[in-house]
Amino acid sequence: MALQLSISKPGVAASSETTTPLVAVEDLHVKFVSRHETVQAVNGVSFDLRQGEVLCIIGESGSGKSVTMRALMRLLPKRRAQITGRMRVGDYDIRALSESQLAKVRGSVVSMIFQEPMTALDPVYTIGDQIAETVIRHEHISRRAAMDRALELLQLVKVPSPERRLNAYPHELSGGLRQRAMIAIALSCRPSLLLADEPTTALDATVQIQVLVLLRKLQAEFGMGLIFVTHDLSVAAQIADKIAVMYAGRIIEYGSARDVLMSPRHPYTIGMLASTVHGEARGKDIEAIPGSPPDLRSLPPGCSFAPRCKFAIAACNASVPPVGTVAPGHTSCCIRLDDLFVSDAVTAS
Amino acid sequence: MTPESRTAPEAAGQPSRPVPVPPGDPRDRGGKAQPILTAENLRRYFPIHGGVLMRKIAAVKAVDDVSFTVLKGETLGVVGESGCGKSTLARLLMCLMPLDAGKLVFDGDPIGGASGLSLRELRRNMQIVFQDSDASLNPRLPIEDSIAYGPRVHGMPKGAARKLAHDLLQRVGLRPELFGTRYPHELSGGQKQRVNIARALALNPRLLILDEAVSALDKSVAAQVLNLLRYLKRHFNLTYVFISHDLNVVQYIADRVLVMYLGQIVEIGPADAIYRQPKHPYTRALLDSRLDPDPRERVETAPLSGDPPNPINPPSGCRFRTRCPFAEEVCAQTPPELGEWIDRASHLTACHMANPASGHSCAGKLPPSTARLARVEAVAS
Repeated sequence: MALQLSISKPGVAASSETTTPLVAVEDLHVKFVSRHETVQAVNGVSFDLRQGEVLCIIGESGSGKSVTMRALMRLLPKRRAQITGRMRVGDYDIRALSESQLAKVRGSVVSMIFQEPMTALDPVYTIGDQIAETVIRHEHISRRAAMDRALELLQLVKVPSPERRLNAYPHELSGGLRQRAMIAIALSCRPSLLLADEPTTALDATVQIQVLVLLRKLQAEFGMGLIFVTHDLSVAAQIADKIAVMYAGRIIEYGSARDVLMSPRHPYTIGMLASTVHGEARGKDIEAIPGSPPDLRSLPPGCSFAPRCKFAIAACNASVPPVGTVAPGHTSCCIRLDDLFVSDAVTAS
Repeated sequence: MTPESRTAPEAAGQPSRPVPVPPGDPRDRGGKAQPILTAENLRRYFPIHGGVLMRKIAAVKAVDDVSFTVLKGETLGVVGESGCGKSTLARLLMCLMPLDAGKLVFDGDPIGGASGLSLRELRRNMQIVFQDSDASLNPRLPIEDSIAYGPRVHGMPKGAARKLAHDLLQRVGLRPELFGTRYPHELSGGQKQRVNIARALALNPRLLILDEAVSALDKSVAAQVLNLLRYLKRHFNLTYVFISHDLNVVQYIADRVLVMYLGQIVEIGPADAIYRQPKHPYTRALLDSRLDPDPRERVETAPLSGDPPNPINPPSGCRFRTRCPFAEEVCAQTPPELGEWIDRASHLTACHMANPASGHSCAGKLPPSTARLARVEAVAS
């Protein structure tokens, strides 16, 4: 493959050499304000991501996972979304960028793939044109050279008969091929950070697994940072190095994929794992989490999960639980961390 | 509400006479052994018009010669990828669209025709819950009116219909005094799906078709609805046709499973047999595509490559042959037969490898699946 895979961009070179993380998000808050109501979508999210690492953000609808992604790309509506906190990608302070700087950063430093490729792609341009457009915009090369790059990229994402697909319109492709084309566009300028918002959710099981295997391979090859948003714990298990579990706009548990999935330490994560259906449990009720996620217009003052939590005590409703350390690199926001899991901790050590 | 207080739809409109439903369902006509629903050679093609004269130029073979039975009291799971005809099948079973060919028999009575079951009678016996919980509710009706609508159409007095709606709301876990007068937009997705289920039960049906009923819900909410469905099935003596693309959910809830690929049945049999020993290479690939929630067990190679082909011009012979790792000459020439269904233990598959006389080099013995082998080796090492 003639494509240059190494990343050598002025803005991110420093971060990959030293130990500074590629992405640093600190105390991010996003509120959507309208005349009638205020929706608190993200309420104090902080995380770091190193170059070449895969972070999965897991959460149900309304947990703020997609809003966090969009905030990182500055894709939220300017007038309605109130953002506070710090977001840094490479050497760029995302919130301080001007519109023209932002246009440069998007695509070449950070790019994003979405859940529904049919709505993300432009229906009136061919796949080749859409890939070439990005390349021309960022690298100022000729259209012919850009089309050659587009072909290479389609080969890279394993689109069968790429010469023919270059001239195809989005509606002529199947769902799996569209998502591959979307990935090709996202990778066309070798970003150092790829944001993927439920990219496999709309795909069939046999196609989902193909796209996951491809994304994992490309991520390793490019050495990109990848933030992958999903609601599916099994998908996260397939791709994540680190997992952040979000609930009502907060990260309630964070750790390595193995720690979070194999020894979860927050009642919500435990409940999520228990309510994931396994065939072996036939004939028995599933341990479902009762109730439904909180209304983001009026969050409870304490732990947002407390109303659904079977371990909740009065103190849970007093204030938002602080970040508690389970083990190095594994945190959980539960005030009963010590008394709930003391027996497990003993057996684990 | 207790089952005793429930009025059977037959009694609706007349001075209400309470009819207990289970045990020994009085609505049962043909006896326990008679299938509740038999589908024979169902076919539905969607024509595609084109050219200057807008003539019919091709057809999407959405459901192509599909025959199966649904037994009383069971849950029949229907699985397959998008575009395989699952939802068209659901609509055909509900007579929401006409059949191009084929026959439906409900508990011994043919559906339609001069002597058959009328649509009105059929609706009392069979109801459906759709995937999109929002689109299937009337946004201008309070949910209690949505639920009472069916019984009202079937002649139940207003007060009785409202009482029934409240009873059903209670049953599906929504407090009627709190939720009854709300409109759909005031409910969450899970609550709306509960309302849809309550509405489907309002006519006291015997068969419920659940078309991806929990697919759009969040995992924790889907688990609640699945528990509810299991409870309702016992309580109302229901039979389910459970359509889903989620194999884990189907394994959890189904007694028998039907696997579809491009408008045809490729495998049908008891759930345990299919999940333990799938006979069709497509079923195997589907099962291998399920992801393990253990981060140590990562899939290295996808069990299948490519997407399902276009149902407009399906491949000749076996429709799966273009993606099948074991495809041979014979697969392109003759379409494999599903075989004769005998009873609930029958495990049938439409694959030449399952037929010793087919001429396939692996006939009679199914070669081991590559993906599964790789996984076993990875675990062993």
